Amino acid sequence: MKHSSPIALSVFVVIYLVFLYAPIFLLPIFAFNDSAVIAFPLSGFTLHWFKELWGEDVLFRAATNSLIIAVSTAVLSTCFGVLTARAMARHQFIGKKPIFGLIMAPLFLPEIIIGVSMLIVLLQLGLALSLWTVIIGHTLIATPFSVSILATAFNNMDRSLEEASLDLGETRIGTFRRVILPLVAPGLISSLLIGFIISLDEFVIAFFLTGTDPTLPVYIWSLLRFPSKLPIVMALGFLLLVLSLILLSLFEAARRRSERLTGG
Amino acid sequence: MKQQDMVVVSDLRKNFGELQVVKGIDLNIGAGEFFSLLGPSGCGKTTLLRMIAGFETANSGSITIDGKPMEGVDANERPTNMVFQSYAIFPHLNVEQNVAYGLKKSGLSADAVRGRVDAMLKLVDLEGYHKRPSYALSGGQKQRVALARALIMQPKVLLLDEPLSALDKKLREQMQHELRRLQRTLGITFILVTHDQEEALIMSDRIAVMFDGRIAQIGTPREIYERPVNRHVASFIGVMNFLDGTLKSVSKKGLQIASKTFGSIYLAPEQMPAPLEAGAVTLGVRPEMMSVLYKASDQADYELQGKVVSVDYYGDMSFYTIAVQGSKEHLAVCMRNTVGRHVYDEGDAVRLGWSNASMVVLR
Repeated sequence: MKHSSPIALSVFVVIYLVFLYAPIFLLPIFAFNDSAVIAFPLSGFTLHWFKELWGEDVLFRAATNSLIIAVSTAVLSTCFGVLTARAMARHQFIGKKPIFGLIMAPLFLPEIIIGVSMLIVLLQLGLALSLWTVIIGHTLIATPFSVSILATAFNNMDRSLEEASLDLGETRIGTFRRVILPLVAPGLISSLLIGFIISLDEFVIAFFLTGTDPTLPVYIWSLLRFPSKLPIVMALGFLLLVLSLILLSLFEAARRRSERLTGG
Repeated sequence: MKQQDMVVVSDLRKNFGELQVVKGIDLNIGAGEFFSLLGPSGCGKTTLLRMIAGFETANSGSITIDGKPMEGVDANERPTNMVFQSYAIFPHLNVEQNVAYGLKKSGLSADAVRGRVDAMLKLVDLEGYHKRPSYALSGGQKQRVALARALIMQPKVLLLDEPLSALDKKLREQMQHELRRLQRTLGITFILVTHDQEEALIMSDRIAVMFDGRIAQIGTPREIYERPVNRHVASFIGVMNFLDGTLKSVSKKGLQIASKTFGSIYLAPEQMPAPLEAGAVTLGVRPEMMSVLYKASDQADYELQGKVVSVDYYGDMSFYTIAVQGSKEHLAVCMRNTVGRHVYDEGDAVRLGWSNASMVVLR
């Protein structure tokens, strides 16, 4: 077998990256393009689509729904993540490994399976589909991510730090507040952000479990049937892209801070 | 219980599952004493310390600190503070915040807290380090912060869990003296856990030597070193040469021992640290109590001819391993290298001698 030259490898990497990111970079271009048709050549710069976006009431409701769901999912999955990570790091109990495995399982299950089976179960239970049903579904898939992030934070913490705090007269709750929380805070922030992002752009489960209130991805999907609305979707996509980049930067900053604190 | 006992441990036992870690310990530690728990890793010394601190609960037995039973008293309610092996400096706080950590609940004013912190940092030689973040501290400085953080609580007992093991040799020796000085100045009871026999000898008022969950011997450093109760203790605290003998009789006047090589040996009663029955015993002599007899005219109570098997040259002294007739085990002899004194080589024939008073009788 012949070894590829470094130049061939570099070309491969460049092509790979262009294919991966070209569609994403096209998004902002058409969001500012003064034409209802998504096609080259470009017709001129405009902020018109953002103005129209502002007028879309249904879209705003969908965005609000998505935000409510994403925030709830982030908080819930982080809470479950804290409880799980703490239990895994500090306690021994029967069935520890199987329980951990089950909590992490949604990571490997196809979302469509989760969506369909949850839909069947919810309907059998006679529960009406609502924002809550989506929150439950999203929490299920976001929790494994929270657990892995928080497990690192809790495992890296020297147990004698807690003991030192108790030894210095602090209560268990005070120790949690004054030592454990500040030390895992970067992990908490990471977990909240990842839960938020996962929920915000999740489509399959949301599609199955939404009732009359669509989430943003479900709404965008429904918009695609109307070509005239496409530039508005592009404008919305641009805003979401910016939001994601901001959240991603925060996530990275939190992760680095966590490394500095726990890594000594 | 005597009035001056600060810590009293009686028949303390601890299991981790099936494993017995502490197997019945009785201990009285006096107020203001520097007490060391010395033993190899896994002997239960750290578990014992952690039970005194309140981090582990005993399966049976009791601990009393300053006259108060500690059963059901949590670590945060006990009049003890601990210096951890890993120092356990809070990484998100600076030096000042670390040291003042425990005073939050004391109800002291901010000024009073600052005064105490200043005094503590001065005591541990860290003046001006108030705002230094904890990750910017060296090992020795972390050690001092941990010490200040514990001492500022004015504990009745300070517990030290292998506090010097992570420091390099120079710094460790310096800290040994400093800890000793601090303990003398403050008059607080110190309980030190260590596996380093030299450290225990240098620092302690009394030492408890532990093996396998039990205390083998309690005594002053000199008692432990010079009068070990058995071969195990003797070998753990430094090196000791063992010779076979048979204990014939014990009386108030002395001990009579029969030796194949030396015939009848008569020793003082105090040369038997733990009472033994007549029968096979071991005679112990420390390497520095034996000497190489350089000149033909040099004489000693007991003498043996031997051959140097190996020489370890330490600069200030030479450590010989010598094969002698009538003993399978080699003898260790330590000689100070003074002016004009010959350092032998491997294979040289030498004459060894030691005095009657340098021997102990043990199991």
